[in-house]
Amino acid sequence: MFPYRIPLRDWITAAVEYLETEFAFFFDGFSALIFFLVNNFKDGMLFLHPLVLIIIITAITWYMAGWKNSIIAFLGLLLSENIGLWEPFVETLALVLTAELLVVILGLPLGIWAARSDRVNEVLRPILDFMQTMPAFVYLIPAVMFFGLGLVPGVVATFVFALPPLIRLTNLGIRQVPHELVEAADAFGATSMQKLLKVQMPVAKATILAGLNQSIMLGLSMVVIAAMIGAGGLGADVLRGIQRLQVGQGFEAGLVVVILAIILDRITAGFGSRKKANSA
Amino acid sequence: MEDKIVVKNLSKVFGKNPDKALKALKEGKSKEDILRDQKQMVGVYDVSFSVKKSEIFVLMGLSGSGKSTLQRLINRLHEPSSGEIIVEGTDITKLDSKDLRNFRRKHFCGMVFQNFAVLPHRTVLENVEFGLELQGVDKDKRREKSREIIKIVGLEGNENSMPSELSGGMLQRVGLARGLTVDADIMLMDEAFSALDPLIRTQMQNELLELQDRMQKTIIFVTHDLDEAFKLGNRIAIMYDGRIVQIGTAEEIISRPANDYVKAFVEDMNRSTVLTAGTVMHPPQETAFTRDGPRTIARKIRKNALTGILVITTKRELRGYVRAKELAEYIKKNEDKEDISFDKSLLHKPAQVYEDTPLNEVINLYSGDHKFGPIAVTDKDNKLKGVIVRGALIAALSESYRPDFPENAENTEPAESPETPEGSENTNTK
Ligand SMILES: Nc1ncnc2c1ncn2[C@@H]1O[C@H](COP(=O)(O)OP(=O)(O)OP(=O)(O)O)[C@@H](O)[C@H]1O
Ligand SMILES: [Mg+2]
Repeated sequence: MFPYRIPLRDWITAAVEYLETEFAFFFDGFSALIFFLVNNFKDGMLFLHPLVLIIIITAITWYMAGWKNSIIAFLGLLLSENIGLWEPFVETLALVLTAELLVVILGLPLGIWAARSDRVNEVLRPILDFMQTMPAFVYLIPAVMFFGLGLVPGVVATFVFALPPLIRLTNLGIRQVPHELVEAADAFGATSMQKLLKVQMPVAKATILAGLNQSIMLGLSMVVIAAMIGAGGLGADVLRGIQRLQVGQGFEAGLVVVILAIILDRITAGFGSRKKANSA
Repeated sequence: MEDKIVVKNLSKVFGKNPDKALKALKEGKSKEDILRDQKQMVGVYDVSFSVKKSEIFVLMGLSGSGKSTLQRLINRLHEPSSGEIIVEGTDITKLDSKDLRNFRRKHFCGMVFQNFAVLPHRTVLENVEFGLELQGVDKDKRREKSREIIKIVGLEGNENSMPSELSGGMLQRVGLARGLTVDADIMLMDEAFSALDPLIRTQMQNELLELQDRMQKTIIFVTHDLDEAFKLGNRIAIMYDGRIVQIGTAEEIISRPANDYVKAFVEDMNRSTVLTAGTVMHPPQETAFTRDGPRTIARKIRKNALTGILVITTKRELRGYVRAKELAEYIKKNEDKEDISFDKSLLHKPAQVYEDTPLNEVINLYSGDHKFGPIAVTDKDNKLKGVIVRGALIAALSESYRPDFPENAENTEPAESPETPEGSENTNTK
C-alpha cells in the first residue's frame, strides 16, 4: 500500500542493543540473581526425599487452610510423584517462588508508596492499567529481547506479569484503612513508620494478601506459558504434549499444574482468614 | 489558676480556599451562605477561650455545631485555617511535624474518639497499650498499666477479646481506656460516654470525676448532653454554628443564658424549675447553737471537716453562718483568755431559701455573692430544715432526679440531728 515501510524493527533492535551494552552490568546481575534463586529453590527442594517435601507441603496446607484442603494437597502431590512429574513440579514451583519473591520485594514498597502519595499513584495507575490489558503472551517478547531464551526471561516475564495485582491491592488496602484509625495513631504521636507497621499494614493485611494470592495465581499461569521461551518445568511438558499430539502426556502435565494451582491458592487464600479462624 | 491552653481567634474551613470563606464570614455572611456560594464548609469560626490547668472544660452544642472540629484543632488533627493555639506557652500551630509529634506524645495523647477508632486487628489489651507502645515503654510495664485501666473502665476479663466481639459500649470503653492509659496532662474526650447505657454512663462519669480529683488533668470534654456537661464541667462552652456563644459555669449558664439559643437549650432542663430546694437538700451534717462557745463550735467544725457551720437556736431558728477560718483567727487572737464569749460579728447572713423555692432560683444564688458555704433551707418561721451544697445541686440537675420517685421522698424530710433537744418538736407546733 505504501512504498515506504517504517523501519520499526530496526529501531527496536537498535534500542535493545544499546540498552544491553550500556546496562550490561544490570542485565547480567539480574540474570545471575534469578539463576541463583531458581537453582537454590529447586536444588533445595529436590535435595529432600519427595515424600518429605510432600509431607511438608501438606502440613503447610493443613496449617493455613485446614485438614480438608491438606488431604487434597497430599493426594495430588502423591499423584504428581507417581506419574513421574515430580521434577518438573518442583521446577515450576521454584520458578513461581523466585518470581513471587521479586514481586513482593518490589511490589509491596511500590504499593505502599502509591498509597501514601497521590502523585505516585497517578503515575502508576495508567501503567498498571496498561499492563493488565495486555495478554500474557505479549510479556514474553520484551523478556526475550533482553534476556534471550531460558529460565531467566521466563521468570522476568512472570515477575512483570504478576506484579500489578500486588501493587494495586497494597495501595487499595492501605487507602481503605479507615481514616479515624490513622488519626488515632496521629493523635497518639505515632511516627510515619509506626503508623505503617502498627496500623495501616495490619489493617490492610487481608487486602494485601488477596493481592498476593492473585499475583501467585497469575504467576503460575505465566510460568506455564513461559515454557514457550524455554523456562522449563511443567509448562514444557504441556507444550511437548501439544506439539507432539501426545494427548495423555499433555493431560498429565496439565493436571499437575492444576494441582499446584489449587495448593498455592488454598495456602495463600488462608493467609487472610487464618487469624479469625484461630480466635473463633 | 494558670491557663493551660489559650485559643485565639481560631477558625477552620473545610474547602479549597479557606481565606475566601473567612473573608466572607468577616463581611457577615453565614455558614449557609458560604456553603451555598463557595461550596466550603465552615467548621469553626473565630473562637477564643482559655482552659485552666486541671479544669474540665466542656464543649457542648447541637450536632454539627463544630465541637469535634474545635477539639481536633487543639491537637492539630485538623490544620487550623487561622488563629493560634497556645499550650503552655507554645503556639502549636507553628510546630513542624516532628515537634508536633513530640508535643502530642507529651501532652495530648489521651484522646478519646467519638467513633471509638479502636484498632480492629488488636485485642482489647493491645489496643489499650497502644499509646504506651508507640512511646516505646517496655512490655511488662505497659501491660501492667493497661490492665489497671481496663479494670477501671470495667472491661476486666475481656483483655483478649477482639474488637469485633465487643458491643458499642464496650468499644467505647476500650477507646476510653486507651486514652487514660497514657499519662498525658491534657485529655481530649469526644462524646466519650455517648454509647454507654445510662447506668454505666453515670458510673463512668463518676469515675472520671474521681480520677480527675486524683490526677488533676486538663480535660476538654465534648458532649451534646447538657446534663453531662453540667455534671462534669467546671466551665462549659456552648457552641452554635461553629462559634462559641457562651462560656461559663453551670450556674451562670442556667441563670443568665447569653441568648435565646442557650435559653432554649437550658429550658430543656426544666427540672430546675420543677424541682424545689426541699427535694435536693440534705439534713445539716452538724449545726452549732447560739449558746455554744467559740471553742465548742470550732471543735464541731473540725470534727466534720467543714469550711463553716450554721448557727441555730435550740428551737432550730436560723441565726447565721460562721466561717471556719474567721473563727480560728478569732480564737487565736483571744488565746490567752480562759473563757471567751462568742462575738456576734462572726455571724454572717447565710444564703437562705424555703423548701418550696424552685431550684432555678437556688441556682441564681450561686451565681451571686453566695459562692461560699451551704445554702440554708428553712420553713417560713425561719426554722432550719436542711442545707444544699453545690455538689448535690448539680447532681440533682444532672441525674434524672424525679421528685415523685419514692426513694427521693426521704430527702424532703431532714433527719433530726442528734443535738436537737427533744422539745423542739413541740416548740415547732406552737
Ligand atoms: N472533614 C470534614 N470535611 C468537611 N466538613 C467537615 C469535616 N468535619 C466536619 N465537617 C463539618 O463541620 C461542621 C462541624 O462538624 P463537627 O463534627 O465538629 O460537629 P459536632 O459538633 O462534633 O457534631 P456531632 O455532635 O454530630 O459530633 C459540620 O457541618 C460538618 O459537616
Ligand atoms: Mg462530634
